[in-house]
Formats: sequence, structure tokens, C-alpha cells
Amino acid sequence: MGIITALANPQRFLAFSGWAAPVLGAAAVALALAGLWTGFAVPDDYQQGATIRIMFIHLPAVFTGMMAYGCLAGSAFFGLVFRHNLADAAARAVAPLGAAFTFLGLVTGSFWGRPMWGAWWVWDARLTSFLVLFLFYVGYMALQAAIDDEAKAARAAGILALVGAVNLPIVHYSVVWWNSLHQGETIFAKGGPKASVVYLWPLALMSFSYFTAFGALWMARVRAEIWRRRAGALAVQGTR
Amino acid sequence: MIREVQIENLAIVRGDRLLFEGLNFSLKAGQAMSLTGRNGAGKTSLLRAIAGFLRPAEGEIRFQGPHGLLEAEDARSGGLHMAGHQDGLKSNRLAQDEFLFQARWTGATDAGVAKAREALDLDVIADLEVRKLSAGQRRRLSLGRLIASPRSLWLLDEPLAPLDAAHRAAFGLMMSAHLASGGMILAAVHDPLPIGTLSLEIGG
Amino acid sequence: MKGFWVLLRRELAMAWGRGGGPIVAVAFYACVATLLPLAAGASPARLAAVAPGSAWLALALASLLSLERLFERDYEDGALDQLALGPVPLEIVSATKCLAQWISTGLPLALFTPLAATALGADIKLAPLTLACAVLGGLGFAFVGGIGAALSLGSRRGGVLIAVIVLPLFAPPVIFGGGAIEALATGLNWTPGFGLLGAYSLAAMALGPFAMAAACRNALS
Repeated sequence: MGIITALANPQRFLAFSGWAAPVLGAAAVALALAGLWTGFAVPDDYQQGATIRIMFIHLPAVFTGMMAYGCLAGSAFFGLVFRHNLADAAARAVAPLGAAFTFLGLVTGSFWGRPMWGAWWVWDARLTSFLVLFLFYVGYMALQAAIDDEAKAARAAGILALVGAVNLPIVHYSVVWWNSLHQGETIFAKGGPKASVVYLWPLALMSFSYFTAFGALWMARVRAEIWRRRAGALAVQGTR
Repeated sequence: MIREVQIENLAIVRGDRLLFEGLNFSLKAGQAMSLTGRNGAGKTSLLRAIAGFLRPAEGEIRFQGPHGLLEAEDARSGGLHMAGHQDGLKSNRLAQDEFLFQARWTGATDAGVAKAREALDLDVIADLEVRKLSAGQRRRLSLGRLIASPRSLWLLDEPLAPLDAAHRAAFGLMMSAHLASGGMILAAVHDPLPIGTLSLEIGG
Repeated sequence: MKGFWVLLRRELAMAWGRGGGPIVAVAFYACVATLLPLAAGASPARLAAVAPGSAWLALALASLLSLERLFERDYEDGALDQLALGPVPLEIVSATKCLAQWISTGLPLALFTPLAATALGADIKLAPLTLACAVLGGLGFAFVGGIGAALSLGSRRGGVLIAVIVLPLFAPPVIFGGGAIEALATGLNWTPGFGLLGAYSLAAMALGPFAMAAACRNALS
């Protein structure tokens, strides 16, 4: 019996996230309201006009999508090295969130790109490496889902997450290098479009809103994962 | 060279299922042990844990050499043979190519190879493709490496199941010779082995 | 060292044995190269523009598909158990398997690559560099692809899953090799791309075996 309970004993996490997740969720809503309020209050950009406001929902999604991969790789590392069940659950829970935020970043980027560049998509270095990041998430989830034994699936996907963490900087570097071969086609000036200081406030508010929402959703998903595992363990025990 | 295997307070979990816990035994040079127990009790998992494939949920597996405790990885890579249900033979290759690979990979010498060919009657099937062999012939082929490259601990999973009476008896003699030379055998079985063994029921 | 040679000989024999792995891979490559003009249009100007890049991409795909079962057969029939209990650690076993894959399949594909590129209309001057890139990049493809093959052991899906895992990892070598060939075609300096491709392949050879061995141990557990 001692071992069955040792399989998953994240009591403290459940207790902590029980109040932390709702608090973070509420903070996300408040920050989003404040961010949208200030976002609509700022004047139009002298070049881009009102479309600059897409930035407030786009850039935070990009930041969150990248941050989520860091969380995924970190959880995978802890799960692999210390064989910590909670870390496995955290990695499994964060991947779809990361994919969702990355996807949101790609879609909002496309909406922003249409008025800015006159095209829904351009093969710019940043866009391309962000698309590859999305594909990494897809690969992680596909591998996780294709292996029946959950412990094995978690470890195999964890190895892939770490391989991806080593590769993402290389991918980014290679895409930048590739972009430099096609000088004539680059869209961005170095450093990207310059944003005026008035836009930083709504951008910061929205970024924190996204981060807190991500934190709240992640905790909620880890909780669901823990309960799902317990239910599975109980069902197996019932057959003995 | 493993002289003793010590199992202490071992527990193995597969998926969410606890197969067994608190398992203690030791196997010394010259001893053989039969593992019995119902299907799914964890006999194969125990063998795979000793071979280092499964990580026990709890407890220790130790290998003692003539001069004290051995590093588990070294003990396993040079000191034990594992013969499972699956024989690891490629169906489209010649029997002798597969036998020679298995034997040389585990470190067999030419003399050992010749001895195994003789003992397990492998020359008659040497030039056939593996897919043309019967289940018993395949088993003989895959047991060949146990004779060809001497390693002290044999982990066997239903070793006799596909063999006919004559070859069971022959393999029994090989097991006796192995024990006499200071070897150890741990075998998961449903039918008793043709040699005297200790016996351990798993998951009783 | 003896274990390495024993394993390498077995792997090569299995690759060249019945089933003709390299021949099938080259045939796949030829099929893709044949379909390209049919899909993109056969006008020489258009083909010449895309020929080196397409030949390079087709090489990546052919390398990927041919190593799908690099570990799977040994896993299914239990031979991987024995490989894990051999004289060398699984890291060396994995590296040996990838090396054998490269010798048996990567090199024939590499020889075919400049042929296909030239047939599609690439300048013949590009052929030596295309061959060199294919030889060097093939090493990277084999060692990175092996990670996908090892990770998908025991999964319900085979080929498509490996492709989804591995193709994002192929982005850098595809870029470096394609970039080097394109640089030569447009009269620029091709050495940076070639050097980066070599660096990538070496890094894959150095680090890939650890990921493959970890994945194999996980599958065996």
C-alpha cells in the first residue's frame, strides 16, 4: 500500500494551487481589463494607425508561448532526472497550453501582418522560428499521445522536450542566418518596429495578464492531471 | 564474475499496479532457483529488474563478486545472460549468422562457439533461414550463446517451453554443468526444471 | 572495440540483406524527383531555380523514411535486450546503428543527390558541393533521425509520428546545406553554410546517441 500512495502524493501542491489558481485567474482578468482599457485609450500610432493595438494581444502571446517551452523543458528535466511524478504531470499539462499560446501568437501575428506588410504571412526569421516552435509542441503532444504506457510516454516525450530545448536556439540561429541570405526580402529593420513609450503600459499590463492566465490554467491542468491519475490508480486497485 | 545475487526488500510497480513488495532472497554460486506464480505475478518483471531494464520502486539488487560488491552496470554487461520469451532472431537471416552474432556480441571465443554448436546440435540448422526453423529450433539457436560465452548468471524465462524431450534433457545437463562450474540460474517456469532447484513463489 | 565491429558488420549485413534498404531509399528519392517537375511545371527556368533546394529536401525525406525501423525491429523481436547487455553501452550501440545506416543508405543517397539535382536542371558546377553537402548532411540526418526512431519505440504510430518529431529538428541542416548550395549558385561564399552544416552533423553525432540510448532504455523498461 505504501507504494500506491507514493505514486502520487502532491498533497501540498493541491493545497497550494487550490487558492493560488483562482487568485491568479482573477488577477489575469483584472490585468486584462486594465490592459484593454489603457490599450484603447492610447493614441493611434503615426505609422500603423489603430492596428498597433493588435500588438497588445500579439506580443504577450508570443512571450507566453516561448516561456511555456521553458516551463515544459524544465518540468521534463525534473521529471527525467529526479523521477518526480508532479514534474511529469506538469510537463504533460503545459504542452497544450504552450501550443495554444503559440498558435494564438501566430494567428494574431498574421492579423497584424496583413495591414502592416500587406500579406498574411511572410517567411521572416522570427515568424519562421516561431512556427517551428509550434511544430515542436505538436511533436511533443503527438509522441505523448502515441505511447500507451503513461510513464513511458512521459519519459519519451520528456527526452524529446530536452532535445527540442537544445535545438530551438540552433533553429533560431539557422533561420536568422537563412534570412540574412535573402537580404532584399527582409521585412523588419534590425530590432523590429520601434514602439513609442505610451504603448509600453498596455503592453506590460497585457503581458502580465497573459502570464497570470497561463499560470492559473497550468495549475488547473496539473490538478486535473493529478486527480485523473488518482482515479486511474483507484480503478486498478479495485480490480485486485 | 558474479558470485552472488542479493535481492533485498524489492518492490516492482508496473503502470499503477503493484506486482510485489518486500521480496528478499539471495542466490549463490552453484545454486538454481525456480520462480513460480500465476500469470502476471511479476516473474518476468523480476528477471528484467535484475537484468537492469526495470527500475524497482523500492529495494536493492546487489551483485557480489569474488572481491566484494560489483558495480551493477559492469556486472550486468559482462556477467549475465538473459533469455526471454523473445529470442531476438531476425527471420530473414541465416541461423548461423544470427547465432554467431549473438555469441560474439556477448564475447564468445571460437572454442566456445564450437562447443555450443556441438552441445545444442546447431550444425543441422546452420544453413537455414531463421524463418524456416521451428519454435524449438529457434530456442536452441538462441540458447547457444549461453554455452558459447560463459557468463555466471543465467536469467531464463520459460526456457524449456518449446523444446522437445531430448533437448530438454540435453539442456538440463548443460544447466547442471553450469551450476557445477560456479554458475547461477534464475528461471521463471510453469513446468519444473529437470534439475534440482530452490523454489520461490512470486506474488503469492 | 570488438563489440563495435561485430555490431557494425551485423547492421550493414541487415541493411544490405534481403529487402534492399538502400535501393528502396534511392527509388523513393527517384520517385520524388520525378514528381517534382510534374507538380511544379517542367519549364527549365523554373525547375533550375528550385532544383538544388528540392534535391536537398528530397534527400532529407528519403533519409528520414529509410531509418524509420532503425530500432524497431530489434525492439519487437527482443534483440534490443541483448544489445543492451553487450560489451558496450547503449550510447555506442545507437551510434553504431546510425553509422551503419549512414554507410548503407546515406552514402548511396548522397551519390544520387547531385545526379537528381542536375537532372532537374541545376548547374553541373554545383554537383561537387551538392555531393559534399549530402555526404556530410546525411550524417546529421541519420543521427538526428535516429532520435525520432528511438523515441517512437512502442508507440502506436510509426512513420508519420517520426516525421512529426524529426522534421522540425531537420530545419537547421536543411537551411545550412540549402544555403551553401544556393550561395555557390549565386556566386556568394559557400563556406559558412558548409561549415555550419558540418558543425551541426558533428554535434548530432556527439549528442544524439545520449538521447537515443535514453529513449531505448525507456522503451525497454
